[in-house]
Amino acid sequence: MIEFHQVTKIFESNGNKVEALKNINLTIDKGDIFGVIGFSGAGKSTLIRTVNLLEYPSAGEVLVKGKNLTELSKYEIREAKKDIGMIFQHFNLIKSKTVFHNVAMPLLLSGYNKKSVEEKVFEILRFVGLEEKAKNYPDQLSGGQKQRVGIARALITNPSILLCDEATSALDPETTKSILKLLKRINKEYNITILIITHEMEVIKEICNRIAVMEDGQIIETGKVFDVFANPKKETTRNFVKSVIRDEVPKSVYQLLREKNHYSRIFKIEFFGANSGQPIISKTAKVYDVEINVLFGNITELQGIPFGNLIVELIGNDHEINRAVEYIISQDIRVKEVTEDGSKYRNNIKCVVGNTLHG
Amino acid sequence: MEVSTEIILNALWETLYMVSISLFFGGIIGIFLGILLVVTREGHILENRVIYRTVNPIVNIFRSIPFIILLVAIIPFTRLIVGTSIGTTAAIVPLVLHIGPYFSRLVENSLLEVDEGIIEAAKAMGATPLQIIYRFLMPEAFSSLILSITTATIGLIGATAMAGAIGGGGLGDVAITYGYQRFSSITILVTVVILVVLVQAIQEIGNKLERRVRRM
Repeated sequence: MIEFHQVTKIFESNGNKVEALKNINLTIDKGDIFGVIGFSGAGKSTLIRTVNLLEYPSAGEVLVKGKNLTELSKYEIREAKKDIGMIFQHFNLIKSKTVFHNVAMPLLLSGYNKKSVEEKVFEILRFVGLEEKAKNYPDQLSGGQKQRVGIARALITNPSILLCDEATSALDPETTKSILKLLKRINKEYNITILIITHEMEVIKEICNRIAVMEDGQIIETGKVFDVFANPKKETTRNFVKSVIRDEVPKSVYQLLREKNHYSRIFKIEFFGANSGQPIISKTAKVYDVEINVLFGNITELQGIPFGNLIVELIGNDHEINRAVEYIISQDIRVKEVTEDGSKYRNNIKCVVGNTLHG
Repeated sequence: MEVSTEIILNALWETLYMVSISLFFGGIIGIFLGILLVVTREGHILENRVIYRTVNPIVNIFRSIPFIILLVAIIPFTRLIVGTSIGTTAAIVPLVLHIGPYFSRLVENSLLEVDEGIIEAAKAMGATPLQIIYRFLMPEAFSSLILSITTATIGLIGATAMAGAIGGGGLGDVAITYGYQRFSSITILVTVVILVVLVQAIQEIGNKLERRVRRM
């Protein structure tokens, strides 16, 4: 649907060259919800702007439905843009016009008059839940309502692509959720391909199927959201994943580690996907002679699949604890031991277990 | 010798005549040049270095010539346009050339105040440059433009006082010829009071209109 082939964008000002995009290759499938995440200055905004030519690539090409827009005539570009809706962080509504007029605008630009587009405008306003606000002006609306107007305006031309440029970054978490829900509905009901630019992992987690992580003008990691969350390869990606799933061990656990007066070891069990549905904890406790004490947990849902980690205390003798841990590992679940100074943390327990068993 | 009511009323009429006609033509020129100054600047929708670098200094030149000098400096041009260099109608030509460039700066400022995001949204919709100007820029700047027109109108009233130099008449002329040259303090007082009331009224109307347009 959208293909980036070796796209490079260089900004020049006062003799300074800034490479905002470096050799970007990326394909976004039809009907997908694709998220591009990165810190500000990573080039993600520039990337999304090359799709509808708000920015022209300096090199490489962007294909939209197989067509390179830069090769079209000015008229053809304007027509092609009507197939690409866009919503913005600050909504960019016309303050001097009513909600109705704002939503109707793309059609008015095509030469329709207000009367003839009335039905269509109200239909789309109904869809975003703002029918009764048609006569209001943007300043009379809340942030979430303004973005709904923005979405209605973007959809009025029946586009096949929707570009979202930090569309929820100016909204509170509650409103963000409702807007994301609406985007998901749009994707489902109209089968519109959605490309989202954001710096909030929460947004990616909530609705994206695939993700690309950008840093310094490059895509450093890309893949299915689930895979990237489960196995972040780059430090930046890891930090983004941490922002929605805390994976550090809380201080209280270390405190406990210091103060406990019985023999036990503390482990972090990481769940990715379906295996977290297994009652692994209770099973382990049943089969092995260990008591399992859940100290801390952070499980979230990613596209309906549980995802996260549990920090547990295993109480028992060393032999039983090792057997229990080995059992958990054999279920394809990652386990890491938490130690007081944190030194062993991140080491896979497998080798530790191996050493104790064989040595 | 005291001035008659008839002379005052006649002068008031001349002032209003000069102001309204030159505001009309100066307004057209100002809006046109103001838009040009905005859209041809670097990075804007019709970026054009040549046009911008031509129009910008021309506007500056007209803005830097004091009106009383412009009035006499362009007499040949005035004669060419209206066929005479003396009288109320003749005063309109320099008034237009004075207010047009001045107003263009005000229009430029008003248009530059429009949020760039709006232009970006317009481009994303596939609007033509002309559509961006009249469907996005102008409506968004409208309330600010009303205040600019108000300021320009008041500036014009001030400038018409000098029209007497080429026999243009008007309130300012009466104040000079009857009040100053014939030592009639009452004439000066009367004309000043009328001018103050006029300016107050125009400012008030401008503010009210602006509020109504912005309200919403």
